[in-house]
Amino acid sequence: MRTTVSGITSRILSSNATVFVLLAVIFAVVFALNPGFAEPMSLMAFVKKAAPLILLAIGQYFVIVSGEFDLSVGSLVGAQVVIAALLIDGNESATLPVILLMFAGGIVVGLVNGLVTTLLKVPSIITTLGTMLVLYGAIRWLTGGAPTGSLSTAFRAAGRQGVDDVPLIGQLPWALLIVLVVGVGAVFLMRSPWGRTLIAVGDNDQAARFAGARVWWVKTAAFTLSGFLATGAGILIGGYAGVTAQVGEGMEFTAITAVVLGGVVLGGGRGWVVAAMAGALTVEALFTLFNQLSVPSTVRPAAQGLIIIAAVAYAAIDRARRARTVTETHPTPRHTDVATP
Amino acid sequence: MTAPLLTMTGIQKSFLGVRVLHGVDLTVRPGEVHALVGENGAGKSTLMKILAGVYTADAGTVTLDGEPVRFGHPAAAQRAGVSTVFQEFNLLPDRTVAENVYLGREPRRRGMVDRRRMVADTRRLLEDLGVTGLSARARVRNLSVAEQQIVEIVKAMSHDARIISMDEPTAALAGREVALLYRLIERLKQLGVAVLYVSHRLKEIFDLCDRVTVLKDGALVDTSDTADLTTDDLVRKMVGRSITGFFPPKLPGTALGDVRLRVTGGGNTQLDGVDLSVRSGEIVGFAGLQGSGRTELAHALFGIAPFTVGRVEVDGEGARIRSPRQAVRYGIGLVTEDRKTQGLALNQSIAANARLVLDAVRPRSAGRAAKAVPGLLSSLELVARGHDQEVRFLSGGNQQKVVLAKWLVIEPRVMILDEPTRGIDVGAKHAVYTLIRELAAAGMAILLISSELSEVIGMADRIVVMRDGVISGELDAARLPADTAEETIMALATGQNTGAAR
Repeated sequence: MRTTVSGITSRILSSNATVFVLLAVIFAVVFALNPGFAEPMSLMAFVKKAAPLILLAIGQYFVIVSGEFDLSVGSLVGAQVVIAALLIDGNESATLPVILLMFAGGIVVGLVNGLVTTLLKVPSIITTLGTMLVLYGAIRWLTGGAPTGSLSTAFRAAGRQGVDDVPLIGQLPWALLIVLVVGVGAVFLMRSPWGRTLIAVGDNDQAARFAGARVWWVKTAAFTLSGFLATGAGILIGGYAGVTAQVGEGMEFTAITAVVLGGVVLGGGRGWVVAAMAGALTVEALFTLFNQLSVPSTVRPAAQGLIIIAAVAYAAIDRARRARTVTETHPTPRHTDVATP
Repeated sequence: MTAPLLTMTGIQKSFLGVRVLHGVDLTVRPGEVHALVGENGAGKSTLMKILAGVYTADAGTVTLDGEPVRFGHPAAAQRAGVSTVFQEFNLLPDRTVAENVYLGREPRRRGMVDRRRMVADTRRLLEDLGVTGLSARARVRNLSVAEQQIVEIVKAMSHDARIISMDEPTAALAGREVALLYRLIERLKQLGVAVLYVSHRLKEIFDLCDRVTVLKDGALVDTSDTADLTTDDLVRKMVGRSITGFFPPKLPGTALGDVRLRVTGGGNTQLDGVDLSVRSGEIVGFAGLQGSGRTELAHALFGIAPFTVGRVEVDGEGARIRSPRQAVRYGIGLVTEDRKTQGLALNQSIAANARLVLDAVRPRSAGRAAKAVPGLLSSLELVARGHDQEVRFLSGGNQQKVVLAKWLVIEPRVMILDEPTRGIDVGAKHAVYTLIRELAAAGMAILLISSELSEVIGMADRIVVMRDGVISGELDAARLPADTAEETIMALATGQNTGAAR
């Protein structure tokens, strides 16, 4: 494995090119319609808005690449924000303990999702649908429709503040730094033995088990990471958008759309985490484009639905086509390994 | 001599350019029980499936009662009176016996299913066959395997079957149930129905069948009256092949060392009383028919379906192996029988597959140890575009090399190879044999499971023959006379002691 720039470029150009092209095209259209959007300040604002979805997409990527789904993350984000507001209630000194508690809660939800799926053999789509409904109910019960309490300034800093007085861009948002750190971490994680095992488990869990992998543990870790990152997304979104009973609603599907748009195959075993992140940026950019075209926000779910179907159909067609060309050219390998005496 | 009911002449069939049937002839007379025998891969199943309309022959003719027929679909064969009872039953577990028998062609009355008539007709068919104690209203899920088989036969009879072919009908039956099947087949004979009986069990063939057709390597050996044959004759016809000089000789310096793997009294639901020891540098071959317990033994040793009783020792140390992961920890590797579903993550790269065991079991040292992978793949003479190519695009032989590399990189102490040369070409086979010799020379203990007798005889130091989950015999390969080796093994595998009394 090469870590060189050319290696990454070739990877972008090879299998996952589509999402990057799409991202570039959408940005080009947005810039053409509104040249002001290309200003560093606007771009940074866009990053703040997109950051929670990127974190969710990374978490969802781990789960999907292992062959499962996590539908609970949207409700988890909502529950985290509402509960945080309830507990902090404007008290600055409560910020850190509550954040730690939130992460613990996210990890517990992920562990439950993972263990129920792997040990009790409940399909993850059902397990996480269950946790999604439980958390959704919990939000309704706690808020009665209107959340009480408020977040502290320190809590909201992660989502809306940044390093000020940076030349050229003005403010470097914390959200951008967080996304970069998590993104780089995710890339390294996928290159680690755990990540390699995870993707093999998603491809063929029996072969992975016969190779000595603890399938239940590897998958549970993916769900746990998803819960952890959903917590991160909750902190960012709470800071950026504030507290409402609707926070996080539908975000699980937006995250799945993003991951699928990134060329990650549902069912597991294929896909690149960077492409999943690009998928999240693309979805966010598309929503921005809709805003500029004054498309009513009510159209969003329909657009999202069409995107997810089109992306999966495209991937299936593309994959079949590539399989055909490779099989045809197979008899003449370009490169042969020969034993060296 | 009565006119034949069914005549198959010059049947040929190829799959992906590989000829599996080379012009086979078969005649079946009305009311006879006709055995179709041969080793694994001789072409019995393919011939059966052509008769059943599952496959269509590339060449040759089939006539039924002198009329040429050509079945494009199993339903067409059934309508013509040719029914097949496969090893895997085609039954809906939550429907009743009658509903299964008349599935898709239920008798109707005023547009609704006439249940009463369906049940009555099924009862009559059961009575015709002399079956008592099986209700037409019973749910198939609650029936034993033997009873489900009866339902399949009743289904065939409801189509007015004139010939029923049965694929290994006793494979899943207990002794008492076999007697029931015998009676049923007798009854079918009385009704004038011909039975084409595919089985590995020689005893049944001599008990039940009037004539035997022997296939070998996709070609007809001959057809003869069972009464004119001895078991010795039949076994010789099935195997009679000389071992070529295809197998590389033992490498100089290969020495039998201490016992690396020992099993004492090993058993689980599939295996019973397994006593086994394999020494360092030794290749032990495992022969037996399909379902004789060879793969189950491999799975037990590897912790997939562990032993529930008995003791396993690796290098003299007691080993409690409850999962593949623990097996790997004890230095045991398993090349599975089914490469694609159990051996490889097909969408991943060669490199990723080759280091999977390291990643999964030894994450801390995986990075360092994986540096050996490229060299290992080169020494296996892997042919690929590069190590980032997905393994699904490789040929069977090259895929198998990736599987082997995956295990070799952890330097196992015991290597279990389950059908390591299945579905790979001759060149790759030779490479695998050479590798096995090298591993033995390096002091590994090797368990070689194979359905190809010549492979077991050509490679193993010692041959363990299995039958019905137990070890039915052990042979020293060096003392085995070459001309009768295969027959001796087949006799142990089928439960027929040639020469000596049973």
